[in-house]
Amino acid sequence: MKPFATLLLRDIKLAARSGGGAALALSFFALVATLVPLGVGPDLRLLARMAGGILWVAAVLAALLSLDRLFQGDFEDGSLEVIALSPLPLELTALAKIAAHWFSTGLPLALLSPLLALLFNLAPPATLILFVSLLIGTPAVSAVGAIGASLTLSLKRGGLILPLIILPLLSPVVIFGAGAVALSLDGLSPGNALGLLAAFAFAAMLLSPFAAAASVRLNLGS
Amino acid sequence: MISSLTAENLACARGDKKLFDSLNFRVSAGQALAVEGANGAGKTSLLRMIAGFLAPVAGRIVVKMDARENDDAEERGKSIGWLGHQDGLKPQLTVIEQLTFFAQLYGGPANPALLEQVGLARQADLPCRYLSAGQRRRLALARLLAAQRPLWLLDEPFAALDASGQRLVAHLMARHCGNGGIIIAATHEALGLGNESLKL
Repeated sequence: MKPFATLLLRDIKLAARSGGGAALALSFFALVATLVPLGVGPDLRLLARMAGGILWVAAVLAALLSLDRLFQGDFEDGSLEVIALSPLPLELTALAKIAAHWFSTGLPLALLSPLLALLFNLAPPATLILFVSLLIGTPAVSAVGAIGASLTLSLKRGGLILPLIILPLLSPVVIFGAGAVALSLDGLSPGNALGLLAAFAFAAMLLSPFAAAASVRLNLGS
Repeated sequence: MISSLTAENLACARGDKKLFDSLNFRVSAGQALAVEGANGAGKTSLLRMIAGFLAPVAGRIVVKMDARENDDAEERGKSIGWLGHQDGLKPQLTVIEQLTFFAQLYGGPANPALLEQVGLARQADLPCRYLSAGQRRRLALARLLAAQRPLWLLDEPFAALDASGQRLVAHLMARHCGNGGIIIAATHEALGLGNESLKL
């Protein structure tokens, strides 16, 4: 377990220090969430209705900003070869990187969301659902993103293709996440939407390390 | 402990270009092999093939370990210490953080004495972005030592090093072979180990 924790902690440290993507993702999320109410105008009912969808899409796009570097940095500077020869299997390497991305991006995005929900006049119960949906849905963003990041590893400017690969795969996350908030606003139980979101995230976390590891292996041989 | 590594009829192609074929060699414990050849002859590709990153077009690589022969690349990877032509260092991490990370990743303790061995003891708390190319190479050597692997694959081990750095590499390689390790190094310079060389 120690090599796994070592890699996880190093990646969180790298994301937090200068040049890491964590601060960038949070700033992007905050800026989009601030600009949309300014653009839409002071219709509080409309803003509350839009909040779930806008904040979810903004969170996914924000997480995407740092996703292309998930394996790229290690690939370019030669650390990935050293990591690949370590006792840690590549599947667990991918899982550690997914977890590090979530801790440094997904979790802070979820924690910031209640504050940004104030700008949309979102009712407290719906804000809570938004927070919970981001908390359980963002691991899927990191996991599915890892597949895209590993596929575009040896491409120059692969970051431009990455959204084309993973955004369609992430549509269920946005549908269930924003849907849960909308259900809560309508006074209905968001339990089913949250359940489906959790199931999707769980499956993504379980399967994507294998896909990402296979793709990293392929790129190391290129 | 690995007792020998044998390449049998190895062939390598990159894209449509054939780099080498029918390559045979054998390195036993305590020996070093210098892989020589012009730029683009396939030295790095051969090292990547031994490391298991690149699949051979034909032939196989057999490692004899504890009187058991094995040609599985993944199994072989667990014995390999890798020093590629890139140093694999992060500009944001300090020298000691970098070494600790790799040591723990390979399941060993982080030994600050390794920094002393490679002449970086005074730079321990310096972020890697401030290191010179030669100092980065020395840190990569410390990482190689921390991994404690019997089969060293070195790509241009003398690159970017000054005279004392080159003596250090020669000393570390001699010690590794003396302890029964195996070294395969792609290089343009003599290893100085009384070793065999392979011309690609």
